[in-house]
Amino acid sequence: MATYLEFIQQNEERDGVRFSWNVWPSSRLEATRMVVPLACLLTPLKERLDLPPVQYEPVLCSRPTCKAILNPLCQVDYRAKLWACNFCFQRNQFPPAYTGISEVNQPAELMPQFSTIEYMIQRGPQSPLVFLYVVDTCLEEEDLQALKESLQMSLSLLPPDALVGLITFGRMVQVHELSCEGISKSYVFRGTKDLTAKQIQDMLGLTKPAMPMQQARPAQPQEHPFVSSRFLQPVHKIDMNLTDLLGELQRDPWPVNQGKRPLRSTGVALSIAVGLLEGTFPNTGARIMLFTGGPPTQGPGMVVGDELKVPIRSWHDIEKDNARFMKKATKHYEMLANRTATNGHCIDIYACALDQTGLLEMKCCANLTGGYMVMGDSFNTSLFKQTFQRIFSKDFNGDFRMAFGATLEVKTSRELKIAGAIGPCVSLNVKGPCVSENELGVGGTSQWKICALDATSTLGIYFEVVNQHNAPIPQGGRGAIQFVTQYQHSSTQRRIRVTTIARNWADAQSQFKHIEAAFDQEAAAVLMARLGVFRAESEEGPDILRWLDRQLIRLCQKFGQYNKEDPTSFRLSDSFSLYPQFMFHLRRSPFLQVFNNSPDESSYYRHHFARQDLTQSLIMIQPILYSYSFHGPPEPVLLDSSSILADRILLMDTFFQIVIYLGETIAQWRKAGYQDMPEYENFKHLLQAPVDDAQEILQARFPMPRYINTEHGGSQARFLLSKVNPSQTHNNLYAWGQETGAPILTDDVSLQVFMDHLKKLAVSSAS
Amino acid sequence: MNVNQSAPPVPPYGQPQPVYPGHHQSSYGGQPGSTAPPNPYGVYNGPVPGYQQTPPPGVSRAPPSSGVPPASTAQVPCGQGAYGQFGQGDVQNGPSSTVQMQRLPGSQPFGSAPLAPVVSQPAVLQPYGPPPTSAQVTAQLAGMQISGSVNPAPPPSGLGYGPPTSLASASGSFPNSGLYGSCPQGQAPPLSQAQGHSGAQPPQRSAPQQASSFTPQASGGPRMPSMTGPLLPGQSFGGPPVNQPNHVSSPPPQALHPGTQMAGPPGPPPPMHSSQQQGYQLQQNGSFGPARGPQPNYGSPYPGAPAFGSQPGPPQSLPPKRLDPDAIPSPQLNELPPQQKTRHRIDPDAIPSPIQVIEDDRNNRGSEPFVTGVRGQVPPLVTTNFLVKDQGNASPRYIRCTSYNIPCTSDMAKQAQVPLAAVIKPLARLPPEEASPYLVDHGESGPLRCNRCKAYMCPFMQFVEGGRRFQCCFCSCINDVPPQYFQHLDHTGKRVDAYDRPELSLGSYEFLATVDYCKNNKFPSPPAFIFMIDVSYNAIRSGLVRLLCEELKSLLDFLPREGGAEESAIRVGFVTYNKVLHFYNVKSSLAQPQMMVVSDVADMFVPLLDGFLVNVNESRAVIISLLDQIPEMFADTRETETVFAPVIQAGMEALKAAECAGKLFIFHTSLPIAEAPGKLKNRDDRKLINTDKEKTLFQPQTGAYQALAKECVAQGCCVDLFLFPNQYVDVATLSVVPQLTGGSVYKYACFQVENDQERFMSDLRRDVEKVVGFDAVMRVRTSTGIRAVDFFGAFYMSNTTDVELAGLDGEKTVTVEFKHDDRLNEESGALLQCALLYTSCAGQRRLRIHNLALNCCTQLADLYRNCETDTLINYMAKFAYRGVLNSPVKTVRDTLITQCAQILACYRKNCASPSSAGQLILPECMKLLPVYLNCVLKSDVLQPGAEVTTDDRAYVRQLVTSMDVAETNVFFYPRLLPLTKSPIESTTEPPAIRASEERLSNGDIYLLENGLNLFIWVGAGVQQGVVQSLFSVSSFSQITSGLSILPVLDNPLSKKVRGLIDSLRAQRSRYMKLIVVKQEDKLEMLFKHFLVEDKSLSGGASYVDFLCHMHKEIRQLLS
Repeated sequence: MATYLEFIQQNEERDGVRFSWNVWPSSRLEATRMVVPLACLLTPLKERLDLPPVQYEPVLCSRPTCKAILNPLCQVDYRAKLWACNFCFQRNQFPPAYTGISEVNQPAELMPQFSTIEYMIQRGPQSPLVFLYVVDTCLEEEDLQALKESLQMSLSLLPPDALVGLITFGRMVQVHELSCEGISKSYVFRGTKDLTAKQIQDMLGLTKPAMPMQQARPAQPQEHPFVSSRFLQPVHKIDMNLTDLLGELQRDPWPVNQGKRPLRSTGVALSIAVGLLEGTFPNTGARIMLFTGGPPTQGPGMVVGDELKVPIRSWHDIEKDNARFMKKATKHYEMLANRTATNGHCIDIYACALDQTGLLEMKCCANLTGGYMVMGDSFNTSLFKQTFQRIFSKDFNGDFRMAFGATLEVKTSRELKIAGAIGPCVSLNVKGPCVSENELGVGGTSQWKICALDATSTLGIYFEVVNQHNAPIPQGGRGAIQFVTQYQHSSTQRRIRVTTIARNWADAQSQFKHIEAAFDQEAAAVLMARLGVFRAESEEGPDILRWLDRQLIRLCQKFGQYNKEDPTSFRLSDSFSLYPQFMFHLRRSPFLQVFNNSPDESSYYRHHFARQDLTQSLIMIQPILYSYSFHGPPEPVLLDSSSILADRILLMDTFFQIVIYLGETIAQWRKAGYQDMPEYENFKHLLQAPVDDAQEILQARFPMPRYINTEHGGSQARFLLSKVNPSQTHNNLYAWGQETGAPILTDDVSLQVFMDHLKKLAVSSAS
Repeated sequence: MNVNQSAPPVPPYGQPQPVYPGHHQSSYGGQPGSTAPPNPYGVYNGPVPGYQQTPPPGVSRAPPSSGVPPASTAQVPCGQGAYGQFGQGDVQNGPSSTVQMQRLPGSQPFGSAPLAPVVSQPAVLQPYGPPPTSAQVTAQLAGMQISGSVNPAPPPSGLGYGPPTSLASASGSFPNSGLYGSCPQGQAPPLSQAQGHSGAQPPQRSAPQQASSFTPQASGGPRMPSMTGPLLPGQSFGGPPVNQPNHVSSPPPQALHPGTQMAGPPGPPPPMHSSQQQGYQLQQNGSFGPARGPQPNYGSPYPGAPAFGSQPGPPQSLPPKRLDPDAIPSPQLNELPPQQKTRHRIDPDAIPSPIQVIEDDRNNRGSEPFVTGVRGQVPPLVTTNFLVKDQGNASPRYIRCTSYNIPCTSDMAKQAQVPLAAVIKPLARLPPEEASPYLVDHGESGPLRCNRCKAYMCPFMQFVEGGRRFQCCFCSCINDVPPQYFQHLDHTGKRVDAYDRPELSLGSYEFLATVDYCKNNKFPSPPAFIFMIDVSYNAIRSGLVRLLCEELKSLLDFLPREGGAEESAIRVGFVTYNKVLHFYNVKSSLAQPQMMVVSDVADMFVPLLDGFLVNVNESRAVIISLLDQIPEMFADTRETETVFAPVIQAGMEALKAAECAGKLFIFHTSLPIAEAPGKLKNRDDRKLINTDKEKTLFQPQTGAYQALAKECVAQGCCVDLFLFPNQYVDVATLSVVPQLTGGSVYKYACFQVENDQERFMSDLRRDVEKVVGFDAVMRVRTSTGIRAVDFFGAFYMSNTTDVELAGLDGEKTVTVEFKHDDRLNEESGALLQCALLYTSCAGQRRLRIHNLALNCCTQLADLYRNCETDTLINYMAKFAYRGVLNSPVKTVRDTLITQCAQILACYRKNCASPSSAGQLILPECMKLLPVYLNCVLKSDVLQPGAEVTTDDRAYVRQLVTSMDVAETNVFFYPRLLPLTKSPIESTTEPPAIRASEERLSNGDIYLLENGLNLFIWVGAGVQQGVVQSLFSVSSFSQITSGLSILPVLDNPLSKKVRGLIDSLRAQRSRYMKLIVVKQEDKLEMLFKHFLVEDKSLSGGASYVDFLCHMHKEIRQLLS
């Protein structure tokens, strides 16, 4: 088994791919009986320190419907200088540049260790990156000041030749012209009126140059069409100007009466931002960065009226169909998101407010375009400041960790078809022979567009085995999948990363053990979770839970070892042993449970869940709990109420929060000030240890988690208590009064109860 | 006219002139100029061979001495000319004629002569006695009508013309004098003067007259003789003679005014003279021929006139028609178009002269202050300088009425057809010697008002019950006097504090308004000015933007402020625009202005709140910086399209957002064709002129602007529009908002910085600096019995009684028409109270009250005695100019003529002493009505010439709508001032002369102004020295035609002329651009357009023709 774990890990290291099954059932029927679909988590731009890009272009299969890229799995006839496509079996001539190849002189893409390879394309115009700040000015003075400083700071982090633009909004929307000397100019739009892209471009005077350009064309065909935009200027040119402009930025001057929310035209501001980029820089990497401190309160995309007495919609309202503006607003933002995606731009949302800001309605803007979503309480917190700063972090090459305008194309060998993908992508609607009719996630296509991605952006890609049961695949046959990701690197080069993987086919009857052993329960849990979350966007919560339960039961029935009707006899093999636990925590997670979460929070959590890689996703599903005590070195402990002990310090990482929890005794000690006494220095160290560890996590993670330092009885201890498995509650008698752990006041079922039921159902012949 | 040019004649006169000068001058100041007339002969003669001959030779001189005798045809004309003139003079003098009549009896014709001059002046008339009608001008126009017709006529006409004009008064008079000299020399001169006017006409008449004269002479005596001298009759006028005879004869009968006409007896003529001839004669006679002869002028006129006019009916007993001179050729002629009949040989000098009337009024009433204490007192003319003492009635500077004596019943009013209207200028500026209205503060209770009709406390309120109550003078309601206002009454029933309280003793005063009088029950914030500048290509290229921005910098220090305030409370804002709008944030805390562009013109809004409207002193640095940068920013613009409605909308929204009233100054260059609300098409179409669709040219293209104006008014947003068009901009539509918001429109066609800078800057400066009230509502209350029913001016009305003015300045005038809805009481008279609620430029809410008491009459004569023609014309012009929006222009013109004829006919029928139908009798107060009305009729709006653009017409139309009486007066009848006639040393303004080409002499330089335009006309024969000292060039030919600035030269003439120009400009509300026009130059056409007594190129009738026409109309009404 260890070998499979290693294999899986190796594959992930090398290719950024984790499959739910690493040996594939060889027929459609068997595949469906496996319950967990054949799928993988793909991190297209996984950081590979050891993978320098090659400076030439890939060799393509000449069959027009295939166009697969030459890879190590292809059979090569060195003498004839021919290669056979491993997807369509087309035989292709090598291009002239490859005349010198031989067994000993292979190009990189033929070497097995280059199952993932990156090509750099020299063709095409290199367009600078574009950063368009869309800034809410209806903020508290303090917040605005902090935001202004962050923005000014960010100018120094941007690539010097990147173009920046600034749109501010409140009651009105202002598009600032950055090129002018002297008077600062801005174009102002009413915040209540929806405008078409054409109107926006007309009003900004962007369509004008059309005529002069046509005339100028013949003379200077190579003239940069971009330079003309007055609203987007290279950072190095208007650095000072923009810094001043940001410095002079005032709060929205329109009076806000008591009992009212400020009028905030987020919908129009975004629409204008999208329109502006659409007109000036279509299909080049661009980020629209929306900074908002509250819900849109007017115009298209408004989420709530300006009467403070009317609260923003809650899940309760939504269930009762009481959210007046939600549908319309969602539609507005979806329309914008789709346009943005079409243009290859992305929208980031930085929402910092104590109340909701309408992320529920706006989520698609970030979700469909690969933009970031950051939610915080205030712009004046390190959470926002550091997160924002981290966006501009650089990799070891000094390049920004962001890529734009990616297209992911998936090619499969004949026995497989593509069912869909779940992640920060939109379908490009490319039909083909390898596209399945059954959709899982965003399907019906073999290509997706990911407008912005980074080294951790991960997609779940689902496949369908289409090989018929009566057409067995020969022993030792392998299925292959090729992922081709074309993208704009942050250095503005176009690059293509190609990953080609192959897995063995196995007959489910004769080689059941192989298949079972090659199950990757972590990947499977995440992939199933993605499916669940994806469906949760459009379906009722209970239905999803029921579906998940049924899948789990079926899986247990299929792979469990038990005697019928005897729950106690139920066993799962190692490769499945953790899976039910993942599902248990998934059921309790904020991704599927909306109780206690605002719609905005749910959207926020789901957003991140749909794009993080496997490790992070697992943390989200089942938070990690470390224990620090005098009894030994820090150790991970069960995410269970029984782990909450008086003499321990717990560190919980839920991805979104880092919680340090001091047990009752520890808290008392600290209160008594032992940590300040030289003779108790070890206590001081004990207190410090989890803080250091937490810092480490905080430093690395994006977005920066909320950092919570609490203790037994502290109000914020709820973050911990709500996550742990309620093995002890006020309901189970045996737990009462015991020294171990802390009872949780909840009616939720505990893992034990869950497992008991699961076993019962799995062994029952009725289901 | 050509007259001037013809050199030859001049000299001859020249001689005579010396001799007579004295007379001329004395009597006609202007007439001397008449010297010109001589020339005229030449001209006229030209046309008529026969006459020509005559003129040249005898022309001027001949007549005097030998002229007459020459009996020969040739000479005759001369003589005739002279007579003719006289005749005309008579016509004009109408009254005089009557006078003469009388005199005749009393004294000889000569005697009458003196009267003649009188005629023009009321005083004189009186003497005549007949004159209750004194006012009347009897013109024997019987013929006039006919004559009115165009010249085309046969030789006779030619003759007629020749003489009338050519001879011109001057010569005419002289000769006469000469002739008669012996008789009534003394008188003669005067006559001549009076007649002087007629001078020109004489010739025509003369002919006839002469003929007649012969006979008449016999009868008439001396005068006629002279007349007779002219043998004309023989010639073309064979007929005329007859008339003449009449004239002549008339004298005898003179005793009877009418009779005079009748006198015509010389039956003989009839046969001879076809009706036409007679007609002429009549006309001539009536006015001229005979008159002159006799006293010369007068005498002759009467006689002659009568004869003709009356058509010697007696003698011939021919029906009037026949009598018409026109008839002469053949009875049927009558039917011919008037034109054929033409040959008015009416002497222009004999018809009522505006100049004379103005001059007389000046002399008679200019010296004493006008005290307003007396009810129904007619104030001096607007052209007279006088001081006003407010003793209970509003100064005529605030209110002028068409009549100060209102008929008691609507029947009477209908009969008279005299419109009852008041021209109100509520915020009129007063000369420094007069105190502006007192501000009365009644504290929290606010001004005291009648409980029922809400009239404000005024001097006419009656306090009763010992002062505890007061009776409203408007509705008679008895109201309690609030305790704090109580005061005891003296023995006359007057409050003892009456003279301590402006509202109890003055005609005009102001109340401080309480919060109840404010919008939303909130005291207003100080108003704001927003400058909205077109920065499209045209504006930049013409240099307008640079100029304007430069000027604004200094202008901002001169915003209107109230009283002694140190700095103006008015805030300012700036917007530039082309296809989109640019707002500027000029908040004082900014280092640099910020520009905010709004491209969403379809749905305009104001993008900023704070920093748009600022205090000038606080934000000075930022504003200066902005004004420096605007021209630079748009220097390279290529945007040619503009929007307009959104601009106004934006300004209005800005004021709304700031919750204040204010004014927009919009500087606009082109037709707004950019895609936006209020977008316009070029719909200019000259083909529509004179069709039923012509009215569409005056109507706005779209209703959008009306709707916008309504919003503006609601917000108290007044719009001043400065237009700089290079082509059609559709003034009719663009001016809708300024018009409805009480704003002004200025138009600078083909603006070029070099040429128009001064004018624009001056207008702008005045417009910005002038005191203005905002968000005003005006209501006119009247005594029970009459009611304000119609309003004209620049304002908006949302109901039938309240005049809403977003802005109101000291020049805007509202004309209000009243109608009866009940009987008025002769005893109590009629009261008007105009209350204007407005926000002062410091943001204070005030009520300005003007009260005026008028008399009421049961006798039509009283009405006609107390009319003011200038005001009447003001009303009629506004009425007509509004009419063109809805009716074809022709209908409007006809309506005007009809109404005028009805007014005069009613007078003739009810007030004038009986006289022959051939006599035109005008009420003294209205004797200028025909000439002024003719000016209105031939104005660009009602009768456009080929060079007048549609925009010009619309512009003038809206301009006139808010003009006051003084402005309409000079606008319709321009002032023509000879610059080189009077000695250089004299410091007074030179006396004006009549606006006719024949008054110009080619050796002089003239200045003409009508309140909008200023011309200097240089005769071709001007002495080099004069040219040099005025233009700094050595000869006439080197003067640049179209010059707009006189060189600054250090010599008395130059100084004097420039000083005169400056003082004229200072009098007018708009800067008048100077154009130097040379005689015989292309530009002269432009100039001639303003010589309103002449026939205009576009078909407008000459004064004489129109007078004839008028007479015909009246006669038709009477018969």
